[in-house]
Amino acid sequence: MEITTKQFKNCDMVIVSGRIDSSTAPQLTETLEGITGGGRFKIAMDMSALEYMSSAGFRALLSSQRTCKRYNRGEIILAAVPERIKEALELAGFTELFKTFDDPIEAVGNF
Amino acid sequence: MSKIVFDANFQNLDEIREFVGDTARQMGFSDKDIYAIQLAADEASTNIIEHAYDGVSDGKLEIDCEIIGGELKIVMRDWGKPFDPTSVPEPNLNADLSERKIGGLGMYLMRKLMDEVSYESSPETGNTLTMVKRNGGLG
Repeated sequence: MEITTKQFKNCDMVIVSGRIDSSTAPQLTETLEGITGGGRFKIAMDMSALEYMSSAGFRALLSSQRTCKRYNRGEIILAAVPERIKEALELAGFTELFKTFDDPIEAVGNF
Repeated sequence: MSKIVFDANFQNLDEIREFVGDTARQMGFSDKDIYAIQLAADEASTNIIEHAYDGVSDGKLEIDCEIIGGELKIVMRDWGKPFDPTSVPEPNLNADLSERKIGGLGMYLMRKLMDEVSYESSPETGNTLTMVKRNGGLG
């Protein structure tokens, strides 16, 4: 898995690629906590180059979503979620907890 | 039939997914089914590493892929603490964000993604988790 982050005026973008599983999910948690620890709670995830995500990744997203949504100060939104990953998120009932956008730029514009 | 014994740690999840994915691909499963099989094998292995081998650094995980007709049978064996994932209650998928629990999600996904999931434990043979996916099945 590779993670890059971009800071925009109104939000942060986290671009993930490769595979998120129990081995790599801690890296995602660390990145997200780095952003929220800096007092920024509006995060758009660009998942277009993500190949795979297990429930370890769902767990990382859920935990940070709680932090971001507290006091209505922000949220994590998901963009360009690949079909297979979207199916797994739907199966886990996660699509109701995250807004999703087809286009990462559109996601940034949401904030 | 092919069998591999892995060191039970998260760094091997990539190889575990490749192993079951290759077998499923040879059997002509669709890309969607291959992803489902890989995800189920990952969740099962993660449970074994986290729970059966909790606090154990040198555990072994044996994975057996058997092809029976159009069925792929994945048998995972470990020698850690008995942990029956099929006894884990289903997570409440309607709970809102603050009440949503992540525990049990792995097992829930395994059940949804595969056609059959069963578990057996005995002091002689260790813990055995068996998952079956039928080619063209609903799973």
